[in-house]
Amino acid sequence: MSDTPDTPGVPEPPPEPPAETESGPKVGVDSWVASHEGRTQRGPLGWLAHGWESTPDWIKLLAFVAIAASLPYWLLRSEGDLFNFGLYTLLFVGFGLGLNVVVGYAGLLDLGYVAFLGIGSYTYALLSSPYYGIHWPAEAVIPIAMLAATIPAAILGFSARRLLGDYLAIVTLFFAEAFVVFTNVANPVLFGKGLTGGANGIPQVDPLTFFGYKISSTKQEYFFLIGAVAVVAGALYLANQSRTGRAWRASREDPLAAEVMSMPVNRLKILAFIFSSAVAGLFGAIFAAILTAAVSTQFGIPFLITIYAVIILGGLGSIAGVFVGAILINCTFVFLEPQTDHPGFKRWLFYGAIIVLVALLKPWYKAVVVFVGTIATGFVAHAVVQAWGGSAWTGGKTINGASWLSHWVIIPKTSHGNFDNILYIGLVVAMVVVMMLKGWWRIIALGPTLYLTAVVWENVLSENPGVTALILFGAMLVGLMIKRPQGLLGQARVEIV
Amino acid sequence: MHHLLVFNIIDQIRTLGWPGFWSLLRNGIVSGSLLALIALGYTMVYGILQLLNFAHGDIYMVGAFIGYGVLQAFGGAEMASFPIVPLIIIMFAVAMVGSGVLGVAIERVAYKPLRNAPRIAPLISALGVLFFLESSVQLLTNSAHVLYEGVYLGGNYPSTFGPLLNSVFTVDGIPFTTVDTLVVLAAVALMVMLVWLVYRTRFGKAMRAVAFDREAAAMMGIDVDRVISMTFFIGSVLAGAAGVMYGLYIGDTSFTLGFQYGLLAFTAAVVGGIGSIPGAMLGGLLVGLFQNFATGYVGGQWSDIVVFGILIGFLIIRPNGILGSKAIQKV
Repeated sequence: MSDTPDTPGVPEPPPEPPAETESGPKVGVDSWVASHEGRTQRGPLGWLAHGWESTPDWIKLLAFVAIAASLPYWLLRSEGDLFNFGLYTLLFVGFGLGLNVVVGYAGLLDLGYVAFLGIGSYTYALLSSPYYGIHWPAEAVIPIAMLAATIPAAILGFSARRLLGDYLAIVTLFFAEAFVVFTNVANPVLFGKGLTGGANGIPQVDPLTFFGYKISSTKQEYFFLIGAVAVVAGALYLANQSRTGRAWRASREDPLAAEVMSMPVNRLKILAFIFSSAVAGLFGAIFAAILTAAVSTQFGIPFLITIYAVIILGGLGSIAGVFVGAILINCTFVFLEPQTDHPGFKRWLFYGAIIVLVALLKPWYKAVVVFVGTIATGFVAHAVVQAWGGSAWTGGKTINGASWLSHWVIIPKTSHGNFDNILYIGLVVAMVVVMMLKGWWRIIALGPTLYLTAVVWENVLSENPGVTALILFGAMLVGLMIKRPQGLLGQARVEIV
Repeated sequence: MHHLLVFNIIDQIRTLGWPGFWSLLRNGIVSGSLLALIALGYTMVYGILQLLNFAHGDIYMVGAFIGYGVLQAFGGAEMASFPIVPLIIIMFAVAMVGSGVLGVAIERVAYKPLRNAPRIAPLISALGVLFFLESSVQLLTNSAHVLYEGVYLGGNYPSTFGPLLNSVFTVDGIPFTTVDTLVVLAAVALMVMLVWLVYRTRFGKAMRAVAFDREAAAMMGIDVDRVISMTFFIGSVLAGAAGVMYGLYIGDTSFTLGFQYGLLAFTAAVVGGIGSIPGAMLGGLLVGLFQNFATGYVGGQWSDIVVFGILIGFLIIRPNGILGSKAIQKV
């Protein structure tokens, strides 16, 4: 009970029954009870959940490897698809696995994780590229990269001994910032060259070469990554099941109690940092080899948040969650890219996600009200705007076909001053209002808000896909924390009072 | 680097001499006052909720943009007909109220539902808000740097705005501009008002009570939700004012401003002792001075690393900051 300053001896006031929000801890129950609701779920979702839980973990891993290995032959036939969807998803799985150790298992908010990835990346790039003319093979460089990442991690972990949660977050965040500044701006001179190559980074990094076998084509890299991810996931699974894993969980839930039970909490923290950074060093090195470059700006805060989004969406502390999160986040990200081979797809993804979210409303008639409200608002608004402003305000075309949409969504023919910005701010305000409303008012307000979302999407967001992805990430993190803090596959956490 | 860093620094000190020292000191005090204003928001929210409000730096950035929007709405800095002093006052007022409302909205949407959640949940939610705000402003401004035209320091814009703010007077040979003085005076005035509010009013007493023990305060009949909302409002108002000051002082702003200054201001809050209001002011001043002296003597590219290094060293040696009280863990 380090959070609230309460005087010993005075009994805690009786906990209030949780109000409508379901996110509050259920006081006085243990973790089995917390997951009880999920376990007694009925219907197809319940069977799915039950089947998932009763499958042994090694079968899940084997199934993943089998499916992933077959993907290049039916779903990801083109080189570009395999690179964007396949390779990047696996890389994010790797990055997520490392972060999951320190954040998920040990419960330490490490915001400097990208710096460890960067260190691994730069180590590989320096020791295996024409930059200094060193071309060591991967079997030698990768262990060095892992070691290079663990040393600063151990020092950071050492400083974490005395720092409670939030201070640790800020110190590690500074570490990440300092890393970017160091590599990008400071760039100290060593052997007649800037050590880190400044803003250009280190180009022309060698492909991975193990004992003379070169891994250079996308397909080879893909299969290599499947193996690497499976091995690391297996190792971390075993680590989590071990004594150390249990100790991590104990010190995460209540460091004070764990210490009283004679667990070496500080050493456990350092150990978590070392494990996490070793994985980061490994995948950072692979990352550099695949991109054939190490560039410091890559390892910025957006990248960090993306990896966080992966493990939070999947569920903190869950290895399967990392896989699910990486697939969802990376594929969404690729579909939102400006140049993609599947231009029309992001629209379907966007509307599909909205429809699924609305359809999940309970009871069913509320979802119907929202759908009807959204569609009706659209036709009314479209008719009103057309009557008032003519086709100058509604004659615009949607990008990539779907011309029927322009009979429903307002798309001006030419740009009208700050129209886009006003729409966007209006949408944000509308969403805040919807969140503050209660009961039926919220349902009624949701229809027009969703219509506004569609208008903003067609006019603003789909034209700025890079920024849109970040906005959606931000909104997703907030929404997920409010509705389901444990993520998709994570275990609900309870506080036992 | 042909010399050791230490020799470089000594060289720098020699070349810059006393005038250089004084101007670094002046710049340090000005940016320190800005940092102190932002740090106050961090420290107040932390004091009351034990929440690291990562989004606070972005509220500051939004404040700078609101001020810019007001300036544009009145025709920009070149417009000669509107009197300048009322215009600056309106910029401050709108930006402060706008930022305050934004802060309250963020609290209601992103933090209030998580009041009883595990510790890490509101932190992640705050990261989400940070991302949302920063990217939203990036979207709205097309990633552009906007200029408070004419106010730009040393700017050659033919405006009525610039000459007033950049008119130089010297004290003992050290040049001061009006905008330096304005920033420091406004910051001090705001801080005095804050101290009065927190230590001399009924509301301030309620705020301190909630920070001390939320449950006990609730049992004494204090409306905890309202106090928390007001805390966010006040902190964000200060950040909004700092945003406009930054716009007037530096002259340009962009969507990345929030993160850079947020980090520095958080350093300030931690160095001063998080949760402590005088500590945030002192910490802001110290970080501003450190940053400017590091820029002057070590080199601009190293200044952030120097500041972060100080913070990390500080946290390890004295985790509670200069004026922070020692956190006691009770079972």
